[in-house]
Amino acid sequence: MKKKRKSISYAKWGYIFILPFFICFFIFSLIPLVDTIRYSFYEYYRSGIKEIGPTFIGLENYISLLDSDMLKYAGNTLILWVIGFIPQIVIALLLANWFTDIRLKIHGKQFFKVVIYLPNLIMASAFAMLFFAMFSTNGPINSILMSLGWTSEPIDFLGSVLGTRSLVGLMNFLMWFGNTTIMLMAAIMGISQDIFEACELDGCTSVKRFFYITLPLIRPILAYTLITSIIGGLQMFDVPQILTNGQGNPDRTSMTLIMFLNSHLKSRNYGMAGALSVYLFIVSAILCFFVYRMTNGTDDNGAKAAKRRAKAEKRGR
Amino acid sequence: MKSSKPKHVQSILAHVVLIVLSFMCLFFFYILIVNATRSHADLQKGFSAIPGNYFLENLKNVANDGSFPMFRGIINSLIVSTCSAALCTYFSSLTAYGLYAYDFKVKKVAFTFIMAILVMPTQVTAMGFLRLITNMGMYDSLLPLIIPSIASPAVFYFMYSYLQSSLPLSLVEAARIDGSGEFMTFNRIVLPIMKPAIAVQAIFSFVGSWNNYFVPALVIQSKDKMTVPILIATLRGADYMNFDMGKIYMMITVAIVPIIIVYLLLSKYIIAGVTLGGVKE
Repeated sequence: MKKKRKSISYAKWGYIFILPFFICFFIFSLIPLVDTIRYSFYEYYRSGIKEIGPTFIGLENYISLLDSDMLKYAGNTLILWVIGFIPQIVIALLLANWFTDIRLKIHGKQFFKVVIYLPNLIMASAFAMLFFAMFSTNGPINSILMSLGWTSEPIDFLGSVLGTRSLVGLMNFLMWFGNTTIMLMAAIMGISQDIFEACELDGCTSVKRFFYITLPLIRPILAYTLITSIIGGLQMFDVPQILTNGQGNPDRTSMTLIMFLNSHLKSRNYGMAGALSVYLFIVSAILCFFVYRMTNGTDDNGAKAAKRRAKAEKRGR
Repeated sequence: MKSSKPKHVQSILAHVVLIVLSFMCLFFFYILIVNATRSHADLQKGFSAIPGNYFLENLKNVANDGSFPMFRGIINSLIVSTCSAALCTYFSSLTAYGLYAYDFKVKKVAFTFIMAILVMPTQVTAMGFLRLITNMGMYDSLLPLIIPSIASPAVFYFMYSYLQSSLPLSLVEAARIDGSGEFMTFNRIVLPIMKPAIAVQAIFSFVGSWNNYFVPALVIQSKDKMTVPILIATLRGADYMNFDMGKIYMMITVAIVPIIIVYLLLSKYIIAGVTLGGVKE
């Protein structure tokens, strides 16, 4: 520090306090990112115990990925995400609207909130293992269905495309609808009561109120929920991985992008894994940009939505 | 008052939907717990809603199984989750305070940068991360699961919002006048004020790393270092049909019940924490 300054400057403490974060980020995120991008241009994999490469091959990894099943897996990821997200957002909107309606007396509101949020905290891999055990051909679900007489033969849920995808969607729905409900509730409670009262004086029904008042006013948060959910969906891994033992059965129709990345990493195919990561990085960077715009907007509702960021990371694991 | 009839119908509908949804959420856990109390032979006969008396037997089988060291896994998971929750909340608070309370040249850049990477998935750097920790000699150890949690943008952002709403800078000034050093001000004055935010984020990061599967699955190789999710995954990969089903259900129970208990004890704070500050006007 130079002597000429009379008043004490605390600036150096600012640097000291933020240093650990940035050092850690630099070492464990930035270096890996650069490394990932670098090796995406190399032929570099392990065959048996022999390491091939690294040899520079330009964009070849990117091109061969486009020729491989990557786009199919991207489609799978999208389908699995949609199956879970649509019921999730519909139910969450409905519940949030009911929970915040002061005229509607709901008994045991706290109990319901606790119960619907519960699956969000459950270990996704254990949850998937549980579903696998329960929906197997000799599992309890088939046993129940048969004793009810709804089916005479056990249903092979995990043997059919529809069954597997629906189960993944169901799990994602169960794990996330409670969380979304609580987010949307906070958003609706942020709307001034005056607006609702004015609307009531004008004689609007609760359906009208929902579509003309609530929905437009929470649109920024809905958009935010959508984007973070897409980011979460992009990262979908635990549930389909455990449910199908990493195979994406049947016939790789439930293989997601991260499962594909995982299989390249496990087989030590660094070049391909790198190129796939770069594709994923580009997509997530675009999505991150939208989130950034939303959290830093001057829009008041956007600012409120911002508080939910802390949970964003967890989404959709 | 005049619209009490349709409200009545709506109220019944709301309760029905809520009960159905709650049933869906709880039903699977009910089956899990019931099946964990029954023997393999019982389970083969088909489903029964009445719990058996094999609970302790199954638990003993799980505890004594050398090929799936479940309790060793729980200890590993506890170590990883506790350490990362502590590191993550402390350093995120420190970073948030550094950017909130001080003025310096790169402040704005640093803040913008963290906001830009807020929701960046960790998976995209997984390949480089794996190579890095292999080169650093940290492959197959618990450290790479703990240390990176120092840099958690999302937790930082939460802490920053919390500071904005609850720490007046005059308090920091007052502490300075009283001769408190900067670090002491942070540890003795700022941290206690941030306690609610820290508690909430500690819970979420604990649960997050307890449930984390992707990174540990890449990093951990040896049996005695495996965390719970990896053990569950190896269970899935093993020759499933020859297994004692009672034991499998018990393993899943052991993996998720600790979190459920913690959740039920703290549910009030956790649910409030999901949106903490979100409804403040």
